[in-house]
Amino acid sequence: MDTADTYNYKVVRQFAVMTIVWGIVGMAVGVYIAAELVWPQLNFDIPWLTFSRLRPLHTNAVIFAFGGSALFATSYYVVQRTCQTRLFSDGLAAFTFWGWQLIIVLAAVTLPLGITSSKEYAELEWPIDLLIAVVWVAYAIVFFGTIVKRKVSHIYVANWFYGAFILTIAVLHIFNNLEVPVSLTKSYSIYPGAIDAMVQWWYGHNAVGFFLTAGFLGMMYYFIPKQANRPVYSYRLSVVHFWALISTYIWAGPHHLHYTALPDWAQSLGMVFSLILLAPSWGGMINGMMTLSGAWHKLRDDPILKFLIVSLSFYGMSTFEGPMMSIKTVNSLSHFTDWTIGHVHSGALGWVGLVSIGSIYFLIPKLFGKERMYSVKAMETHFWIATVGIVLYIASMWISGVMQGLMWRAVNDDGTLTYSFVESLKAMYPYYFVRFLGGTLFLTGMFIMAWNAWKTISGATPAAATATQSA
Amino acid sequence: MSSFWSWWITIISVGNILACYWLIKWASKPRPGEAATGDVTGHKWDENLEEYNNPLPRWWLWMFYGTIIFGLVYLALYPGLGNWQGYLGWSSTGQYQKEMEQARQKYDPIFAAFASKPIEELARDPAALKVGERLFLNYCASCHGSTATGAPGFPNLTDNDWLWGGDPEAIKTTILDGRQGAMPAWGDALGPDGVDKVAEYVLSLSGRQHDAEKAAAGKEIFQNMCAACHGPDGKGNPAMGAPNLTDNVWLYGGSPGAIRQTITKGRNGRMPAHRDFLGENKVHVLAAYVYSLSQR
Repeated sequence: MDTADTYNYKVVRQFAVMTIVWGIVGMAVGVYIAAELVWPQLNFDIPWLTFSRLRPLHTNAVIFAFGGSALFATSYYVVQRTCQTRLFSDGLAAFTFWGWQLIIVLAAVTLPLGITSSKEYAELEWPIDLLIAVVWVAYAIVFFGTIVKRKVSHIYVANWFYGAFILTIAVLHIFNNLEVPVSLTKSYSIYPGAIDAMVQWWYGHNAVGFFLTAGFLGMMYYFIPKQANRPVYSYRLSVVHFWALISTYIWAGPHHLHYTALPDWAQSLGMVFSLILLAPSWGGMINGMMTLSGAWHKLRDDPILKFLIVSLSFYGMSTFEGPMMSIKTVNSLSHFTDWTIGHVHSGALGWVGLVSIGSIYFLIPKLFGKERMYSVKAMETHFWIATVGIVLYIASMWISGVMQGLMWRAVNDDGTLTYSFVESLKAMYPYYFVRFLGGTLFLTGMFIMAWNAWKTISGATPAAATATQSA
Repeated sequence: MSSFWSWWITIISVGNILACYWLIKWASKPRPGEAATGDVTGHKWDENLEEYNNPLPRWWLWMFYGTIIFGLVYLALYPGLGNWQGYLGWSSTGQYQKEMEQARQKYDPIFAAFASKPIEELARDPAALKVGERLFLNYCASCHGSTATGAPGFPNLTDNDWLWGGDPEAIKTTILDGRQGAMPAWGDALGPDGVDKVAEYVLSLSGRQHDAEKAAAGKEIFQNMCAACHGPDGKGNPAMGAPNLTDNVWLYGGSPGAIRQTITKGRNGRMPAHRDFLGENKVHVLAAYVYSLSQR
């Protein structure tokens, strides 16, 4: 066996467990603020509990704490397994774990206190930004150091995606957060006006493109062929969609700023590249889905594969929806509505959430020397609860988003607006409730996962396999 | 922008699109020595990870080509490549101006017709009131409330009690040019004791329960400090937006505590101007609606 003594599994174990913990925390905050939108009195007039302060906590927690931990865990595992060598430095790897946890805790404290640089998905203030930069450089050293000392000649495709994600996030984070500190807890961006908005969305959209897409495609490229025990569908396709994806994604940011003070040329380029991005995005979906061709029956009784493959369906759906929403005329309806929230969550819950959950279910038994998860049935239940939750969430946001957009632009014969803003808000009410319900279901699934992982890790004998020896 | 930056943008963006084209063109042709369809490439990672070398799916390839062609055509027609304005001559500013011009042509006559009638007459015209109500719900309700009954700091418009005058022209002026109500802070000048006395006197003005002794002392202070705006009898002055203190209508709350707070810290009320934003004719209709609220 070439496992525990050759590879550094400790840091992978730590990040894998924290993925579940932060998933529950981040999603619980999300469910709470969804409830606040239905029952506003839930903020109890306490500033720390207001939507405005908890919303950045929710986004930071699910993206960087849950998603980040999943990426750290899987990339450290995958890079070791596919390079057949131990991590470049155990010390630095441990530093990335504790550093990342510290950053998350600092975020959880400062954001409710209202300490924010007010840039979306980059709200953390400058001392934490510096800490992130240091931890991220350490992460890059560990990852690329491991690639350099690999014992196989070729670099596996998953590692291209992880590598692109790590490099690009470093650049994005540093340039978007260039700011002038005025005190320990306050700083101002060095960019003026429309340039600041452009840099922000160059960052913001590529946080989606590289953190939430490229990184998780890396995950997909390892765990789907592994779990299906089938070769990846097409090497050629992986080359094409990798280079096309990373070169076009970086342009797409301006579609967040249609019909603003941003110059027309930048808006047009953002839209054109967003549309060209459709095919490269789908390349990953095709490669993952077709890997299963000839082995579709495996989906029937393997909940891990279900998580992974359904995540790709949501990925395909939201990467189709995204380019459509970037078209200026569509965007003039969809912008500022719940449609955007629905779009983001079909990517976040459907793609990022499910692919991470599937991969962590794959990892937990392997990392803790067990044959399988404690309860396959619980995984199955988790899968269905999560899927129903996502469908409720995105369907309600689609309906309410399109309704909002139509209500806001409806005009009477005399040119006055047909609906006041409050009327559109009142119309949202039932959909906000359904969204809350969908989020609650997804969170419930995470609790089932935590229980299942706890039972697996604490050494309970797998219910269905008492006789078999552990591998 | 300078022609350097224009070319910079053009070359990089077109270059990136052409690179995508070259990439799929290159990858869609099989090369000698490459693994054939259905065969694995020969590399193996982590015991069982292998790769087939299947060709790019046709439909996917055509979709990719399609988006590239769309992109290039779009960039020829619309502004995108640096200083290039596009064959269609479209701009977002141009689109905005065109849509506004269309709206003006369509809707201005409606409001011009309303504006030719006096506000008193419009206030009895159901069609005008309907339009006025829609304007009110969109532009005024966020402060004054959907029913126009106000909120602390935002006047009730239905009670026929007016800070700046309630005749049609005064209402119209208020909406057109806005108002700035300023009650100065007297806390430092009067001290807590003085504030207390004035507050008791103010309570007495509207016949509320009060301490007669303090009120008598407060009256003296009032005549020196407050009468300039609120008048010697406390009935206020619409020219300055100074409220009538005798009618038991309170903009910032009428509890003894709230009154003391108002005297100590002062108040600043701001009604924004709508002349540039809505134009005079729309404000005329809006004024008729607001006027009608207190005439029912």
